[in-house]
Amino acid sequence: MKAKYACQSLSHTIARRDFLGALGAAGAIAGMNSIPAFQSQLLAAQVAAKKKRVLTVFLSGGASQLETWDPKPGTLNGGPFRAIPTSVPGVHISELLPLSAQHMHRMALIRSVNTAESDHGRSRYRIERGHKKSPTADYPHLGALVAKTTELDKSTLPGHIHVSSGSGSRGSNAAYLGPKYSSITVGTSGGLRNSQLPGGMTATLNDARQSFRRMANEQFLQRRRTAETDAYLQSFEQAEQLMQERDLFDVSKEPSKLLEEYGDHDLGKQCLLARRLVEHGISYVQVSHSNYDTHAENFNFHIEQLGEFDQAFSALITDLDRRGLLDSTLVLVLTEFGRTPKINNRYGRDHWGRGFSIAMAGCGLQHGGVIGAMSDDGMQIKDREVNQADLFHTYLEALGIDPTAEFDIGGRMIPIADPTGQAIEELLA
Amino acid sequence: MNEGRQPEDESAKLDFKSVHIDKEWKHNAPLIGCRFDPSGRFVFSTSMDQNLQRWNLEDGQKVALSGHESWLRAIGFSKDGNRAFTAGYDGRLCFWDNESQSTEPLKTIDAHHGWVRWLSVSPDGKLIATAGNDLVVRIWNSNSGDLLHELKGHQKHIYSLFFHPAGNFLASGDLEGKIHIWETNQFGKTRTLEAKALHTYHTGQKVDYGGVRCMDLSKDGTELACGGLHKGTNPFAGVQEPLVVVLNWQTGDEIRTHEATQISHGILWRLHYLQDGTLMGASGGGTGGFLVFWGKEEKTDVHKFKLPNTVLDMDYAPDSLTVAAAHHDGRLTLSRLTEKA
Repeated sequence: MKAKYACQSLSHTIARRDFLGALGAAGAIAGMNSIPAFQSQLLAAQVAAKKKRVLTVFLSGGASQLETWDPKPGTLNGGPFRAIPTSVPGVHISELLPLSAQHMHRMALIRSVNTAESDHGRSRYRIERGHKKSPTADYPHLGALVAKTTELDKSTLPGHIHVSSGSGSRGSNAAYLGPKYSSITVGTSGGLRNSQLPGGMTATLNDARQSFRRMANEQFLQRRRTAETDAYLQSFEQAEQLMQERDLFDVSKEPSKLLEEYGDHDLGKQCLLARRLVEHGISYVQVSHSNYDTHAENFNFHIEQLGEFDQAFSALITDLDRRGLLDSTLVLVLTEFGRTPKINNRYGRDHWGRGFSIAMAGCGLQHGGVIGAMSDDGMQIKDREVNQADLFHTYLEALGIDPTAEFDIGGRMIPIADPTGQAIEELLA
Repeated sequence: MNEGRQPEDESAKLDFKSVHIDKEWKHNAPLIGCRFDPSGRFVFSTSMDQNLQRWNLEDGQKVALSGHESWLRAIGFSKDGNRAFTAGYDGRLCFWDNESQSTEPLKTIDAHHGWVRWLSVSPDGKLIATAGNDLVVRIWNSNSGDLLHELKGHQKHIYSLFFHPAGNFLASGDLEGKIHIWETNQFGKTRTLEAKALHTYHTGQKVDYGGVRCMDLSKDGTELACGGLHKGTNPFAGVQEPLVVVLNWQTGDEIRTHEATQISHGILWRLHYLQDGTLMGASGGGTGGFLVFWGKEEKTDVHKFKLPNTVLDMDYAPDSLTVAAAHHDGRLTLSRLTEKA
């Protein structure tokens, strides 16, 4: 079955051209239709001079806004934790984040996010894709969008990487942008798995077999080209690139002192690998910290989880800043939703999409800014409600990308970001 | 000095199978802790509004006491009951005068970095032990508030403390199910017992879970009962069952475990041996609040009493016949372990 973007899709064409060009097979597309104007190329040019990147730390399961960025100490819904001052006078966050608090002058908070959704999958979709999930349309992950719009001509590695503690995999989250922009998931333990040539396979022999594969592919493509074959070929080429740069994925190459700063746990290693990747020019890197879905013992688990997060996140911001990367990297701390202000009878908090917090740091922001406010009991948004569409507009503007521009997908114009949204202008530099 | 409260009805006899609610009082915030004072005049409760309540057992009159900036669950008393000691999730240790009308603490000490989950007073009343999330047990002079000792050795959060009735040992139990035994002369660690069944590392949710939530020693001093949970198949949803691990006090060997039937979502928050040797636990969670009773030889409960709301703490009165329970809906129930009058 052909994918809907197959062959005629412009994004598909671009993706195909890139990897075939890298193979020196430009002749393979010489006879194809000329490429029409494509706004994302212009958008990419806007950021090419100083490539912007995005690094997302996703707190999976729904981290509590009250135990992180929007504490309500001394209230019935506030829970047991106190608020502490940060490096920005007047801004307080939970005492569970003492190290992060020291970076507030490099950060911005949004305390009034409303996705109007409290289902894990559907709310995560909204946060990661900037749209409501629809049975009639699929939208690309933020990572695919960023990879596409900030792509440079000579990209040698995938632009959209998710880091996990598990094994590698390939996502299917680029929607109409095509599989080139779907996430590659890599693990942290032992570097990039299965990235060495098998025993007995020399580099010379490998080159020879790859050349043969490419030759056979070119012949096949002249007659039977589909989106599926392109995606298949691209997987091979990307795997080759990943193998050549396998050391990039090995956090043990970092000084042990730095490893200690990030923390001897999965999230610490993931964040360190993420820093290596953005430093190498990867457009979008996402790490996930699992898990915050604390319907019971919310407070014990937030102590446990946020202890790891606080250390790793603080080390990450420090490291990015030290290397001069924070000026060109947008750091996002996202979660699919928050947790109910009301504490249930198991010391838990349940799902709450109607007013929660996210944090940002890095490029394009008014640092130290706090947007939005909840009522004292945490139940109502009382100032500056924003939704997932507004967030996407804000991210893109922070990256220097016009969120009102459109992709031309096979002649169909699709807005880069949900046109119902608006950037939070007061948060932007 | 106040004398210990005696049973109002000398003819009342312990009969846990006849347990029934005698009184219930209501606070306007979820209750999370409760303790009887040794004089038998008061029962204290703590609540999510960060306050301590002192209830007069005669008439149910309540006095709200404020001195903490967080939740508090740890309460203890001087031997005569004239002073109360509390420790909270703000790391503070507070002293209170039960003879005064003041609603503020006599003394406040910054005792720990992070939560204090448990406080225990030595049998002679001279020492207070506090257990903090800073992984330290601290020993305080109960009169002056001076810090006397710091006990280090736990690798995970300390959940519970227990002074041996003879006063010569202190036990501290942690999240991993380890129980350090400290002698009370110099407070050196003498040995470590393990109630491993009370700890789980959930690989899917990547969290440590369980812990020694409570302890009590059998009346003959030979068995240490450690309460908590097991079968934590989904910790984030509170899917776990109450469990007691009974250890030989001298050898540390596990003697037996006690389970609670038909409680699929529960944690044991408190254990007490009754005067007749029956072990009583308070279980709270999604299945509701229960008083659970185990005989010495039975693995499963010999009796359960469903309370009107989930329970987050329990205490056994000096009269040996009354049980207080702190409920999430703000109720403080007083149950009698006797036949109804």
